[in-house]
Amino acid sequence: MSDKPAPAPIANPGPDLIYQDALAAGTFKIQRCDACQAHIFYPRHLCPNCGSAKISWVAASGKGTVYSTTMIRQRPEAGGNKNLCVVELAEGPRLMSRVEGIPAEEVKIGMAVTAEITGKDDEPKYIIFRAGAK
Amino acid sequence: MSGIRGKAAIVGVGISEHGEVPGWSHFELMAQAVERACADAGLKSKDIDGLFCAITPANLPVSMVSEYLGLQPKVLEGTMLGGSSFVNYLSWAALALDAGLCEVALITYGSNARSSKRRPGGDPVPYEAPYAPRLVDGYAMAAARHMHQYGTTREHLAEVAVAARKWAQLNPKAMMRDPLSIEDALKSRMIADPLTLLDCCLITDGAGAIIMTRSDRAKDFPSKPVYVLGAAAEHSHMQIAQMPDMTVTAAARSGPRSFDMAGLTPADMDVAMLYDAFTINTILFLEDLGFCKKGEGGAFVAGGGIAPGGRLAVNTNGGGLSCLHPGMYGIFLIAEAATQLRGTAGDRQITGAKTAVIHGNGGTLSTQVTAVLGTAETL
Repeated sequence: MSDKPAPAPIANPGPDLIYQDALAAGTFKIQRCDACQAHIFYPRHLCPNCGSAKISWVAASGKGTVYSTTMIRQRPEAGGNKNLCVVELAEGPRLMSRVEGIPAEEVKIGMAVTAEITGKDDEPKYIIFRAGAK
Repeated sequence: MSGIRGKAAIVGVGISEHGEVPGWSHFELMAQAVERACADAGLKSKDIDGLFCAITPANLPVSMVSEYLGLQPKVLEGTMLGGSSFVNYLSWAALALDAGLCEVALITYGSNARSSKRRPGGDPVPYEAPYAPRLVDGYAMAAARHMHQYGTTREHLAEVAVAARKWAQLNPKAMMRDPLSIEDALKSRMIADPLTLLDCCLITDGAGAIIMTRSDRAKDFPSKPVYVLGAAAEHSHMQIAQMPDMTVTAAARSGPRSFDMAGLTPADMDVAMLYDAFTINTILFLEDLGFCKKGEGGAFVAGGGIAPGGRLAVNTNGGGLSCLHPGMYGIFLIAEAATQLRGTAGDRQITGAKTAVIHGNGGTLSTQVTAVLGTAETL
């Protein structure tokens, strides 16, 4: 146990922190630009599509498709082969991730996948995907 | 748009000992390349008054290189675009020379990546770090997508590795010169599907140095000047997940801009030096620079298409795949193109080569910089 007092909550967090706090609370949120309606990932202060700073948060559908994929080859003692992929969210943006729960060699381009929040208790949460549509 | 066409020329080229050079720091190798480039140009290092460099690890790389070489440059420039940085410096060196900001420009780089066992890689990227990607993995996903969309095969990738090896066999300074077959390449150990060990560039020690002057002075140097006819930089993303289309690089923009400035087309090029960090790069750049249509890069390289005697001479030194690759390879593209245009490439010389396209890549297909070089006849 640390003797340090818990840090005071930040009154006006930036996009990264808003995203992380939502994940920690169990919600996968992405941004949508109020000006051009483009969905945005990763979280940013300016819309990369049109430059607007008027950006809202929306719950991600969690639906996605594998855009490309590879298998990180590793010896069994180093953790074995692992999937690494880029998923295109139903809303449009893409993110790096991995598909868990099926053998790495079974992950294919075009496969429907569903987002899940993961991460150890004391570490930042992140998104992985499971095979199959929601 | 004439831009910097013909404004400046390469008058000195130096490459350090490379491959495996134990006991030499990256600054020491860099200085050896500078020594050789100065000797080649008939200049003293003190004549250099414009410095363009990227070197890692270093705090304030341009300042460190200036101090190490004992220079007081009037132009200090070190924009970091990854491996394409050095091709990008051609533009800024030409502009600085043309504007009279400096008289003798040095572009340089050095690395002891092999002996020091240091591996390339920047700061962890927050939205990638949890998945622990290696550099190769982004390129592997680009290759997988190209195969999915266009029917490119592992044999096509292997063709690129085999062509590089055949060129390396003509270059006594290349690191990997043993015979290599398509079969050998296909059987190589898988690193990140679909890329095998032989689809990946080498990790070597080595350094390069290029000296440039304004064109009106270029004829006063011992070697045949090599002129910068066009150059253009583009970018499409930093993180691979942000790449708009994994089968199209920003070379599709930097290439046409560079050719337009030169007033030439891909069909006019006698040689092509394309940054081959991985075999898929060469295929992507042949397409994006306009040597063939999108999706037809595999067919272009098939049957020895870019090997000696093929339809286009690509990476005649053996490239990053078989000659050398000390972390950021861009400077060696310039050196090899200049060597071909001087006509001093020995057994691998393309007879009468007058034009060269060089294409640098940085990050994970992120920064793309194209330049067109030519001999005096092309001015």
